[in-house]
Amino acid sequence: MSLLTVEKLNVRFATPDGEVHAVKDLGFDLAKGETLGIVGESGSGKSQSVLSLLGLLADNGRAAGTARFENRDLLALAESELREIRGSRISMIFQDPMTSLNPYLTIADQMTQVVREHETVTRQAARERCIEMLEAVRIPEAEARFNRYPHELSGGMRQRVMIASSLLLNPEILIADEPTTALDVTVQAQILDLMRDLNDRYGTAIILITHDLGVVAGLCERVLVMHEGELKERGEVRDIFYRPQHDYTRRLLDAVPRLDEERVEKLAAGAGSGVVPEAGEALLTVDDLKVQFGIPGDGLFAGTRQLRAVDGVSLSLAAGETLGVVGESGCGKSTLARAIVKLVPKSAGRVCLLGREMDALDRETLGEMRRSLQIIFQDPLASLNPRMTVGDIVSEPLWTHRPELDKGSVRQLVTEVLERVGIGGHQLNRYPHEFSGGQCQRIGIARALVLKPRIIICDEPVSALDVSIQAQIVDLLMDLQSDFGLALVFIAHDLAVVRHISHRVMVMYLGTIMEVASREDLYERPAHPYTRALISAVPIPDPDLERSRERELLSGDLPSPLDPPSGCRFRTRCRYAIDRCAAETPKLELLDSTLVACHRADDLRRG
Amino acid sequence: MLRYTVRRLLGAIPTLLILIALAFFMIRAAPGGPFDAERALLPEIEQNLRAVYHLDEPLYLQFLRYLGGLLQGDFGPSFQYRDFTVTELIMAGFPVSLRIGGLAMLLALAVGVTVGSIAALRQNTRIDYSVMSVSMTGISIPNFVMAPMLVLVFAVYLGWLPAGGLGDGSFANLVLPVISLALPQIAYISRLTRGSMIEVLRSNFIRTARAQGLPERKILLRHALKPALLPVVSYLGPATAAVITGSVVIEQIFSIPGLGRFFVQGALNRDYTLVMGVVVFYGTLIVVFNLLVDLAYAWLDPKVKYA
Amino acid sequence: MSADLAETAVPESSSGRSLWVDAWRTLRRNRAAVVSAIVIAVMAVLVAIGPFLSPYAYDFTDWSNLSTGPNLATGHVFGTDTLGRDLFVRTLIGGRISLMVGIVATFVSLVIGISYGATAGYFGGRIDHIMMRIVDILYAMPFMFFVILLMVLFGRNIVLIFVAIGAINWLDMARIVRGQTLTLKHREFVEAAEAQGVATFAIIRRHIVPNLLGVVAVYVTLTIPQVILVESFLSFLGLGVQEPMTSWGALVKDGSEEMESAAWMLIFPAVFLATTLFCFNFVGDGLRDALDPKDRS
Repeated sequence: MSLLTVEKLNVRFATPDGEVHAVKDLGFDLAKGETLGIVGESGSGKSQSVLSLLGLLADNGRAAGTARFENRDLLALAESELREIRGSRISMIFQDPMTSLNPYLTIADQMTQVVREHETVTRQAARERCIEMLEAVRIPEAEARFNRYPHELSGGMRQRVMIASSLLLNPEILIADEPTTALDVTVQAQILDLMRDLNDRYGTAIILITHDLGVVAGLCERVLVMHEGELKERGEVRDIFYRPQHDYTRRLLDAVPRLDEERVEKLAAGAGSGVVPEAGEALLTVDDLKVQFGIPGDGLFAGTRQLRAVDGVSLSLAAGETLGVVGESGCGKSTLARAIVKLVPKSAGRVCLLGREMDALDRETLGEMRRSLQIIFQDPLASLNPRMTVGDIVSEPLWTHRPELDKGSVRQLVTEVLERVGIGGHQLNRYPHEFSGGQCQRIGIARALVLKPRIIICDEPVSALDVSIQAQIVDLLMDLQSDFGLALVFIAHDLAVVRHISHRVMVMYLGTIMEVASREDLYERPAHPYTRALISAVPIPDPDLERSRERELLSGDLPSPLDPPSGCRFRTRCRYAIDRCAAETPKLELLDSTLVACHRADDLRRG
Repeated sequence: MLRYTVRRLLGAIPTLLILIALAFFMIRAAPGGPFDAERALLPEIEQNLRAVYHLDEPLYLQFLRYLGGLLQGDFGPSFQYRDFTVTELIMAGFPVSLRIGGLAMLLALAVGVTVGSIAALRQNTRIDYSVMSVSMTGISIPNFVMAPMLVLVFAVYLGWLPAGGLGDGSFANLVLPVISLALPQIAYISRLTRGSMIEVLRSNFIRTARAQGLPERKILLRHALKPALLPVVSYLGPATAAVITGSVVIEQIFSIPGLGRFFVQGALNRDYTLVMGVVVFYGTLIVVFNLLVDLAYAWLDPKVKYA
Repeated sequence: MSADLAETAVPESSSGRSLWVDAWRTLRRNRAAVVSAIVIAVMAVLVAIGPFLSPYAYDFTDWSNLSTGPNLATGHVFGTDTLGRDLFVRTLIGGRISLMVGIVATFVSLVIGISYGATAGYFGGRIDHIMMRIVDILYAMPFMFFVILLMVLFGRNIVLIFVAIGAINWLDMARIVRGQTLTLKHREFVEAAEAQGVATFAIIRRHIVPNLLGVVAVYVTLTIPQVILVESFLSFLGLGVQEPMTSWGALVKDGSEEMESAAWMLIFPAVFLATTLFCFNFVGDGLRDALDPKDRS
């Protein structure tokens, strides 16, 4: 029998610009203990549909339809009746564990009040139940952490606390709204593993809302696919992934780059082929680059502490080549990009561009050299000046570097390059806020491209975009690369995208290089334990494969970059660590054709 | 927390020194000496007076002497009220000012926070709009305009309350001065509370609390009130400064024998030591109060508390 | 790529909609702000040309009408003060002084505040640290007392009032501008320009200043009433402009002394002062709503 039956659910928002119909005639049901995934891109109405079930819509939102739960219609219930259900029968966890817990109350306060709100129990009993639950979600030293404030815990720990408080009253349904989107991939793997386990142990039905098809493939039995407020398709997870009926589902699946597939054809539908570059002379070489930031100490007379964001990184890049750089947050990949283009000062090391050391150049030559080295940023809208027109934004590099050009030729060059990236020339006079995220990123690319550079550093260029848009931008970059012979440094946390676009891949952890290898070697024969863990943590949008994979789950969280472990920085989370790893920092050494910094890489490869 | 306290305490010292030095040297830089106003004194007498007040010493020595005196609570003699020291005058005037200022602050906080919270909870309703218009009026009408208007209505026309003076210090005498002093602060605090309350109520952790089935009343009291009041706490420093400044005119209007009135009289009579004494005294008060507010803030905000 | 997955296309048109245009639209929808702006404009015209329309000069004593109430027959539409001077003209002349002080002193604080704040914010690091520490210290000073002290010591002087008031208010301006500059400096579009090697001056001109203007505009509208308030405060204490010249604060003071017998002497200047402050605050609030990027989707 079904636990929750939703029929004809419609959600509308009243806005100053008229009514927005966010969810249209949605219907689904959920059985006891079932795991249901709701997938969709931003604006698909997936979150609003579940928020409406619990009466948590924003003030201007209205829901209509029915949602039967235990013989009652959730949408028709009075606020007081709904309140009894929230948190006890149906509970919910949210995307951002950083802001979803009250920063001004201890974990203890926030958890016990949930128990005491719904049940009459003593303070002591509530306390014990909470600590028990914290242990159940595998929080180490639960009792000590219980009295902490949220900001004293890491992101992963906070999401565990959220899960623990949502399970305190043994609810029938747990709604998880993008529960792992804000987390690093290794932590995501831990949380997903935990949710799977809790579903088995307590029989709690789970509604998982996500944009990530890989997450759904691993966790859900049934799936709903939503797009622009409408339900496009629903079915068993294997049917959705292997026999998609609806066109939209098919395109969505095609757009997702897969970690286990090395595809050279384009992600978005269309023709084209990847170009394997010939090894040539290095355009860009970075030698033992270090970047340190002074962080004010917290002691009374404490001096500044040094944060080694990038600690001795070397790389080289040939014409037409793409070097992928991957790592979790805080690994220094973005700082590396900024240091190469001199946005942050480096503390040591050399950067050579086209065979010449950048520090040694005079102003004028440096300016000239800069033309050949461009950068694209993560946040497409933030990287465009809101008060300048698109035409001016793309013209600015020309004004700076080619002052000899007259107005007409600037305009012509700008129109050409904008059209090349897919922005019509008639939109020259528009402002950035009038464009979507994907279009803004295209404009950013046009600005980088207009000077005909040799190298473009891409700092997480697609992380802020929806899957389908992401695919289009990646395709565009690959096209441009083959057209102009560009060399790319492609920085991302998404290993699947990096696999798709890169020729060589570099893995970073806490400011240092763990491994550099060709795409095939890195993904097929990862040499470093960290690379192996990273790869195994990435969910694959393939239910059978995803469920049969053997995982190397990492324990714990990323150590503070202010106080990195001695020796090998990864050793605190490495299952293969030995005494030597703490005593001696491993050097980056050649193992077969892979550069790897690990004392045990040799043993591990031999098995 | 202890470290933070010590650091803030140490940080206040240069501020105080600069405050005192500024007042001291400004007065010494003024054209004309303190005895110019009186009929021409005999040179010897003036010389003697200068010696008595150490005005013949080098400036830095005078400054150090003044500082030393301050440390012992000695603000020096008054040039106008020859029988009193400045310290005595301050001690006579301050309790009166403190009573009125303190009451005004309490009133402003109580009314401002309540009204602001109500407006936030009833956002975009008629209640909200009227509260906001009234408070905008409160901010726009200076208290030296409001005070005479209130006197005109409640004392002159209606005759309900006394028009001025402290009388026996009874409640009726305090009502108008306290209200005129508090009104702009009520207006400001209510706007501040409304703004921050609205922002807090939109935050994710309030949504979490709702999703956990807590009733609105508990969400408001346990989850929202503390973060919403933090901006009000940091405003307490500037508010104190504003109330102290305001008390200067209010005491003038209501003929209340407080420190502010001494200050204005001293200023008009060119009683340098008294004026300087009041500036230093109130300046120190504001610096100390700011310090206390900062510490209170740190104590309330766990992110600072354990940093 | 099909229509389904395609991004929502921007309507075909060649002219864009700048943030200023957006802000202007939002502002025009705010009725209170529009009405206030009109009132301010009317007030400005009135104080500028109004005195010429009256048969009386601001310092002319009409011995036949000492302390008389509003009277259309004599031409004293607001009545006269105890010295028989026409209150209508005096209120408008006082308004000239108050508005002028408001604008000039705000301009002084604007110039000091922007240069100080932008310097600290753009250069950052140690320079910023020292400059802001100075502002912090100055912030803690009881400035109104210092201004009074200044007036006492150096005599009442309109120029001194401008300078003194401007010198207080620049602190706020400097803090705001510095904060904005610091934020802007780390925005990605500024980094993009830096990475391209755009010259510092061009970055400031093209990227920093246009994005600061909104905040500054809001702040200027909110500073003017504050400054008018400070000047009236000083005048009220008898430390502002000197007789027979007057300002709203001085008129309110005279009025408050005579209110039991001549309430009009208090009411007219008080209403003018309060209305002006009220309108400036409303326009400032409206501008903030219109220009604040926080509320823009």
